[in-house]
Amino acid sequence: MSTLLQIKGVNKSFGGLNALSDVNLDIEEGTIHAIIGPNGAGKSTLLNCCIGRLIPDTGSVTFNGHNMVGMKPYDINHAGMVRVFQTPEIFPSLSLLVNVMLPAFAQRDGCFKFNPFKSLYGEKEIRDRAMEELRNVGLEKAYREKAETISRGNKRRLELAMGLVQKPKLLLLDEPTAGMARLDTNRTIELLQEIKKTGVTKVIIEHDMHVVFSLADKISVLAQGAIIASGTPDEIKGNPVVIEAYLGGEVG
Amino acid sequence: MKIISLKNDYVTTLLFAVVVLLAPIWLSPFGANYPDLLQKFAIFGIFAIGYNLLFGATGYLSFGHAAFLGIGSYTAVWCFKLFTMNILPAIILSTLVAGVFALFIGFICLRRSGIYFSILTLAFAQMAYSLAYSVLTPITNGETGLQLTMQDPRYIDAMAGVVVPEGLPSTNLFGISVNGYSGFYICAVVLILAFFISLKIFRSPYGLKLAAIKSNQVRMQYTGFNPRPYLISVFVISGMFAGLAGGLLAAIDPLAGAERMQWTASGEIVLMTILGGAGTLIGPLLGVLVIKYFENIFSAINESVLHEAFSFLPETLENVVVFVTHLFVGEGWHLSLGVIFVLVVTFLPGGIMELLGLIKQRYKKFRSESTSTSSSKTESKGEK
Repeated sequence: MSTLLQIKGVNKSFGGLNALSDVNLDIEEGTIHAIIGPNGAGKSTLLNCCIGRLIPDTGSVTFNGHNMVGMKPYDINHAGMVRVFQTPEIFPSLSLLVNVMLPAFAQRDGCFKFNPFKSLYGEKEIRDRAMEELRNVGLEKAYREKAETISRGNKRRLELAMGLVQKPKLLLLDEPTAGMARLDTNRTIELLQEIKKTGVTKVIIEHDMHVVFSLADKISVLAQGAIIASGTPDEIKGNPVVIEAYLGGEVG
Repeated sequence: MKIISLKNDYVTTLLFAVVVLLAPIWLSPFGANYPDLLQKFAIFGIFAIGYNLLFGATGYLSFGHAAFLGIGSYTAVWCFKLFTMNILPAIILSTLVAGVFALFIGFICLRRSGIYFSILTLAFAQMAYSLAYSVLTPITNGETGLQLTMQDPRYIDAMAGVVVPEGLPSTNLFGISVNGYSGFYICAVVLILAFFISLKIFRSPYGLKLAAIKSNQVRMQYTGFNPRPYLISVFVISGMFAGLAGGLLAAIDPLAGAERMQWTASGEIVLMTILGGAGTLIGPLLGVLVIKYFENIFSAINESVLHEAFSFLPETLENVVVFVTHLFVGEGWHLSLGVIFVLVVTFLPGGIMELLGLIKQRYKKFRSESTSTSSSKTESKGEK
């Protein structure tokens, strides 16, 4: 197994606050890697540094052999690293179908394509792909609805479909089940397990330990901007440092 | 069955063409079917369609689009002066020149979004206006405006040996006069073409991405799109439409003045688009109809016309009614337009198109209710 994403010596501070200090992380190809940690530990900052929303002060983010630091978000997307956002970042005034069609277009057409005379109705292939992805997340019946009208949990699922339709090499999931009902959470876990079989590498940030331990191959624990432990779920469960820092009574 | 629907671009355009070409007939009850006004409807329709491609599709509110209109006009008049009185090269040139300017201005203005973008475009338009008024006088003829003169060389016409009658020659399209109804039909054909292009853009993957920029531009980047080339290209297209409209304005009346670029002119196109319904295909055209109608018809009504209209009332009452209404017509047409604008924006943020949508909904509801009641009646009869 080779390393798909390598985060090396990443530092990021906001004013006087060190959000990330010397973070090193290797994500192996084909695995599900969970990053857990208390609120404010720097999990989202780490993801933001990966996808180009933030630029790390020092250190490197190497994806698939290329340095991603300083690259534009859309170029990172085309390199195959796709993020699913924590607070749904969707296209609220457009329909669900269009929301999923757009990333599919991006994957096919690149970051700019001038085709004002091509008919949208002729884009059957993109439409079918988007519909299939909507079906996967269970939203196919609402495909005509505007994205702003659906529930928060459904918006998360829509986000997931938008990420999956691009068939990324690496999917970064920022709390994919936050705000979902238990039943929906279980469905999402099933869905993610199914995707795992197709070989998509995933990084999951999650609070829900049920989700983490039922999905992850490997877990890294982030606390106060530093990785304090990394290992398999069983190793993490038994690690006294982790229990003290974060897990506490939640697992025991 | 599937071919003959509004989803088919050609069917929609054909329908639109029929409505536009029959405008002299269906506008006659409103007293708005004289050629000058019809030409204005068509030309500002083109302007509005182009503006709607930018503002309606991407939500970028340009407050300086009249600059491109003015640039188009100046280009066209220069083309008449230097080359030929045929309007075809003039409107092609004015479209292209406006496009070049749009590329330059868009490149700078589109570094910002929201209110900053609007202010930047406004600044550029005012700059163009002041330049045309002062330092560029050799090109624009300043305050007087650029006009045709007897000394114009008109090289192409001269080479082709076109015989110039006494006085100033008039513009034409391969011999067809640009005045009167033929002028309207020339403008109408261009309007139909413009509509077809905008329809195609709105219904293309490119147009979909413009809509996505309006919806959530930040997400566009993480979805794998670079919004900037999309914005610049649509800004240029929209500027070219404005240049085309400016060229046509100069074609029907070969005179270009700086006031065409003033911010009030830019504001007018924003009003038209919002009043009609930004982002819809024909909304901006409805806005053009309403505003140009007010400008030309309401402004012509004076007190004596009002006295005539209300002569059936008792005299004191008649005087009161005329006193109140005369504020809204003639010179005061802006007042009634303002009232309408306030009402529309307050109650129908989607413009006139929203009103039409509401009526359609009501009608559907009414029909479904009436059919359901009639069906329940037949059911109850059957029970008996």
